[in-house]
Amino acid sequence: MDIHRYERLWLAGALVLIVLFIGTITYGAVVVGVEMVSASGGTIAPDEIPNDDRFSDPRVEQVGENEYEAYVIARQFLFQPRQLRVPEGSTVTFYVTSPDVLHGFEVVGTNANMMVIPGQVTKATVEFEEAGSYGVVCNEYCGAGHHTMEGSIEVVPQSEWEGGN
Amino acid sequence: MALFRDEYPAEARIIRLALASSFTALGIGALFGLLQALNRTGVLPLISPTDYYTALTAHGVLLALIFTIFFLVAVFTWAVVRSLERGLPDLRLAKLAYGLMVIGTVTTTVTILGGFVPEIPMSADVLYTMYAPMQAHPGFYGGLALFLIGTWVAGFDWFRAWWGWRNDNPDERIPLQTFMVLTTTLMWYIGTIGLAIEVLVFLLPWSLGIWESINPLLTRTLFWYFGHMVVYFWLLPAYLLWYTVMPKLAGGRLFSDPLARVVFVLFLLLSTPVGVHHQYLDPGIAEGFKFIAMTNTMFLLLPSLLTAFTVVASIEHGARQRGGTGYLGWLGALPWRKPAFTGMALAGILFAAGGFSGMINAGMNINYLVHNTIWIPGHFHLTVGTAVALTFMAGTYWLLPQLTGREIFSERLGLTQVVLWFVGMTFMSNAMHRAGLAGIPRRTADPTYTGFVFETPLGAISELRAQIALGGTLLFVSAMLFLLIVILSWMDRGQPAATHDPLPAPLSGAEHSPPILDNLKLWTGIAVALVILAYTLPFVAIVSDGGLLGDGIRASAQIIGPLLGVGP
Repeated sequence: MDIHRYERLWLAGALVLIVLFIGTITYGAVVVGVEMVSASGGTIAPDEIPNDDRFSDPRVEQVGENEYEAYVIARQFLFQPRQLRVPEGSTVTFYVTSPDVLHGFEVVGTNANMMVIPGQVTKATVEFEEAGSYGVVCNEYCGAGHHTMEGSIEVVPQSEWEGGN
Repeated sequence: MALFRDEYPAEARIIRLALASSFTALGIGALFGLLQALNRTGVLPLISPTDYYTALTAHGVLLALIFTIFFLVAVFTWAVVRSLERGLPDLRLAKLAYGLMVIGTVTTTVTILGGFVPEIPMSADVLYTMYAPMQAHPGFYGGLALFLIGTWVAGFDWFRAWWGWRNDNPDERIPLQTFMVLTTTLMWYIGTIGLAIEVLVFLLPWSLGIWESINPLLTRTLFWYFGHMVVYFWLLPAYLLWYTVMPKLAGGRLFSDPLARVVFVLFLLLSTPVGVHHQYLDPGIAEGFKFIAMTNTMFLLLPSLLTAFTVVASIEHGARQRGGTGYLGWLGALPWRKPAFTGMALAGILFAAGGFSGMINAGMNINYLVHNTIWIPGHFHLTVGTAVALTFMAGTYWLLPQLTGREIFSERLGLTQVVLWFVGMTFMSNAMHRAGLAGIPRRTADPTYTGFVFETPLGAISELRAQIALGGTLLFVSAMLFLLIVILSWMDRGQPAATHDPLPAPLSGAEHSPPILDNLKLWTGIAVALVILAYTLPFVAIVSDGGLLGDGIRASAQIIGPLLGVGP
């Protein structure tokens, strides 16, 4: 096949660019350790939510030194609990599910972002390094009141942390 | 050379009808776009939040599916007939396809618009992605199914035309435009399997009450099996115009026919096994499947990067034929006063910008930052909203005279129109990208919250809102101007069209490429194999985890809107 020299150079450059992109993403996944939301959260039928230890009482729970688990229900048109409190420097693993339709769980101004799908439990681990008040929005259309669906995460400075919610 | 409409009057009539349908959808869809831009920025909220989501559904369906695909049917029918130099074998098939698409469109649109009138027990506020368990009126799904079947019939018609030509020309290479149509149609057949199963097996029977429950992750994954391929179904008619019409407009010839074929084959192979990249943040799909989708997506950059080279090289060749010289000085020799050329060139420039933001979206872990923020519509208003839509409008300025026998009413007005689109989109999309980085979500009637405010590292949120509203308004004015020009040109207001030169042959023709490129069976086989490799395991996992019909996951009807949904 007859390919012009400039076009062959361009083709080679394009392939190098693509390999570099894949390399960057792989570096982020393997070396930096940015995990993808995956199937590891398991499944849960909507009817089981009220009887489930994690979701019958949505909350934040300390599970280790500086390690917390947050059990959250996203439903039309609110998050339960609406506000989560964790200390600065903590690592929080979120378990989020929905009893009705699809929702999103986005911590505004960060890259903590996940889809919530009925029947599934979304599991994601987030490190909260800076104290402050973070907004949470539902970023997947969920019905007529979608734009009112919000929550917050209060990341409390270590000096003020007394535990609990 | 005689005009297309004089040589093929019956085909020209069908093509004109398809264009008229496409532009009707454009007009209505653009109006809803304006309402959204004014509403969600708070500049001029004219509609209630409930109506916002009805408008958003109509905007998405009418522009992303109806405007684009009717236009595709028009251009592809023209391209097949023109490049094979023979009429369609049986016009009844083309009429059947067109009829099914119109009935489907009307049915779906009526159910969506019913959402504006509470007294009518019919609505479909589920947006164009129709994620279950949100449920629309059965007419919404049924109409989409009819529309889809119509496109299949249209595709079958193009294949019949080619089979007829092949019988008479057993040893010739497939003419380039027909090759582009056939590969794109094969891609469509493979990719629409997902939508067909989603709608016909799950959503439609479920909306009729035949299934009581649904697996939302399964239907969502079926949607995205279709949903990324469809972006190339929008884009490839624009590529067809860039490859075969734009070089002529620039005064030159296509640089390389063989590379054009390679590009279309790559799209056939790679555009479906990438859909999971819309689900990077979904639960229930293992990280490995996401990684495979990511690598496939990155390789899908290749045909677009090759296109950038070939199109620019062809235009440069044209400019030099017109007396252009120098490294960049040749740019001045291009026919910038022709709206057909300038529109396509501006579309190409914004497509490059959209390509860059697309690379961010494709980056699996970088995607966390932008997923479901307004960055995403910022991205696709550059791609489908400009690379595709502006190329279609520009292409119309060149194609319409051959179909109606009348020149464009005013080329100067046409030039204003395409520049206005470019300027409006530059305002709107740059602000949407930046607002997305601040975390502002997409698909939201009113992105202001009680507990916090968004902060942008660059500029102010109020400035971003103003740019989105201004850009959206300019885009609406441009769309209306386009419709005005088309209507005036159509209504005998333009001069009688001069005869048209044929499209010039490429500098490097098909004879320079291996015949295996024309082996459609081979490429289809590989494309199917890639889809099976990418999708079998995810689907098996989703069904074994959540069941075919879900586990007690009930419909959330979007029929009465706010009355039903509120409260835990």
